[in-house]
Amino acid sequence: MAKAEKLEVPQGEVKEMRLQEALREALRYEMARDKRVFVFGEDVALFGGAYGVTRGLLQEFGESRVRDTPISEAGMVGLAIGAAINGMRPVVEIQFCDLLPLCMDQLTTHAARYYYQTGGRISVPMVIRNKFGTRAGGGPSHSSCNHGAFLHFPGLKIIIPTTPADGKGLLLSAIRDPNPVLCFESHHLYGVKGPVPEGDYTVPIGVAAVRREGKDLTIVTCGGMVLKADEAAAALKAKGIDVEIIDLRSLAPLDKETILKSVAKTKRAMVVDEGPMVGGVTAEIAAVIQENLFSDLKGAVARVGAYHLPPPHSPPLVDAMIPDTDRIVGAALRLAEGKKTER
Amino acid sequence: MLDAAKRKEMLRTMIKVRAFEEKLEELYQKRAMYGSTHSYRGQEAVAVGACSALGSKDLIASYHRGTGHLIAKGADLYRLMCECMGRLDGYSKGRGGKMHMGDLSFGFLGNTGTVGATVPFATGAALAAQIRGSKEVVVSFLGDGAMNQGVVHEAMNFAGLWKLPVIYVCENNLYAMTVSVEKSIAIKHVADRAKGYGFEGKVIDGNDVEVVYAETLKAAEKGRGGGGATFLECLTYRWDGHFGGDPGTAYRTKEEIEEWKGRCPIKRLKEKLIAEKNLTSEEFENMTASVYAEIDEVAKKAQASPMPPKEVELESVFAVSEVAHG
Repeated sequence: MAKAEKLEVPQGEVKEMRLQEALREALRYEMARDKRVFVFGEDVALFGGAYGVTRGLLQEFGESRVRDTPISEAGMVGLAIGAAINGMRPVVEIQFCDLLPLCMDQLTTHAARYYYQTGGRISVPMVIRNKFGTRAGGGPSHSSCNHGAFLHFPGLKIIIPTTPADGKGLLLSAIRDPNPVLCFESHHLYGVKGPVPEGDYTVPIGVAAVRREGKDLTIVTCGGMVLKADEAAAALKAKGIDVEIIDLRSLAPLDKETILKSVAKTKRAMVVDEGPMVGGVTAEIAAVIQENLFSDLKGAVARVGAYHLPPPHSPPLVDAMIPDTDRIVGAALRLAEGKKTER
Repeated sequence: MLDAAKRKEMLRTMIKVRAFEEKLEELYQKRAMYGSTHSYRGQEAVAVGACSALGSKDLIASYHRGTGHLIAKGADLYRLMCECMGRLDGYSKGRGGKMHMGDLSFGFLGNTGTVGATVPFATGAALAAQIRGSKEVVVSFLGDGAMNQGVVHEAMNFAGLWKLPVIYVCENNLYAMTVSVEKSIAIKHVADRAKGYGFEGKVIDGNDVEVVYAETLKAAEKGRGGGGATFLECLTYRWDGHFGGDPGTAYRTKEEIEEWKGRCPIKRLKEKLIAEKNLTSEEFENMTASVYAEIDEVAKKAQASPMPPKEVELESVFAVSEVAHG
């Protein structure tokens, strides 16, 4: 696995843009370069996608390669499998990750297993883009964070771009990847701006980024929670705790090397995730850390995640449900207490 | 009208499909085959008729009762037998078994044990052909049971909307495992559903290989010409139970089974060819004996071939580079 990358301004020509635009850049770039790439999903053509990611693609590439679909999520994923097997590079948009359970059989039993179960004779190069993020007003069927559930299924790659540059670079890598890739795009990040390199810019799948360097505590996180972790790190700095932030960027394959290298240095670890803690990202990563570094740790791995409830509708309920800066800071201070009592 | 040579070839392939199933059954009883059998005996005319009407670039998607489709499309018998027996030389290196394979070298998109799940694969492969402008058509084999899966409905709606070059060859063998079509489908003929998706649906004699051939050919020409999808409901019957451990008699009468055996697709074509003086009984006996001998040899060779090593290969789920397709 390649070395983790630090968050720095990308080299060469860059353009300031939002994550949603950076994702569109990746689609445009690859559709122009590779005729096999096509995009389909609900409202992606005329309307430009529920979040504007596919805006303008219909006009640029025509209706054969940019298709509005009926509301048939499982069918879409199934068609993408067949099109991929027959030589195309489909990119499907599923409007909410809450709709992925409709596609579970196609995605986890078939797409993910095809390469293995055909003895390597057939690969399924396709990308399933979807939005995730718990927000007020979305409620139980429109604002889930179920990304962690897909860790359970071998054969799927999972990416979660945080910065606009990663949005372009990871999506480009995903389209070119010979395997099925699930791309979770955070509701909280679509509108966040950042520099994005022009041209053929890729970010490797399976490589985490060190967003902030520190020596006292490692926070491993992803997606919108990277911003919350960064706010918390600033607050902790004022209290004398120096935080290192690892942005996973890919859940599968998981960059264990970068996580473990950081925790071996700081000896304290916290995992922050917007999804439920039970059986999710925080559980898996805490297990990986403790399996490998138990005797080096100065305290148990802390977990800050969503509680074991469906995503609620009303703003105060949402605020109570998902991690915020105070919860992260509180957990960090408790870990640091361990530092003081240590002999 | 098909020439005699082509019909004799189809006869031979039907015998091959049957002989293969009988060999699998024998191996299953001896516990030399892993998992279960899903005998295709009685339905041979559907696989052979449909696949004989396709070109080498055309594609098929199959399902759990799939060995017949694969043999008819040109699968290598040794690799197929090895897969059934969990051997390293199998199509999937022993990872998939007979319900989980795929090989584009003979136009086989894949099969799976989830009923109906490959119908969208076939439809998507047809979408690829349409976008690319390549002229292959895709046959999606499915059973009557698959007609009640949601994803099949979704896929067929896509095919109708976008006029995709796909042929749904539905083998209505009257039972979904043990439940009869009367108890699972609200209408008499599932072909009627095609109208709801905006394409043609026909009920045909699935035990007449020439009928299946002719209808598939017509549908393929239509699909290639941009005329969209076709649904063929092939009326047929599986002689055996759903799987190796099911005698098939708890939910069907002996009379019903015997009646359908009387409509044996192999016997029908054989008698027709003999009546036309295009075949002699002796020729038929020789053909049958040589096919059965070939299958015996394949099974022996497969049985002597190596099992996969007891190893965990964590990398085996991801392709490192693109697999050359087609």
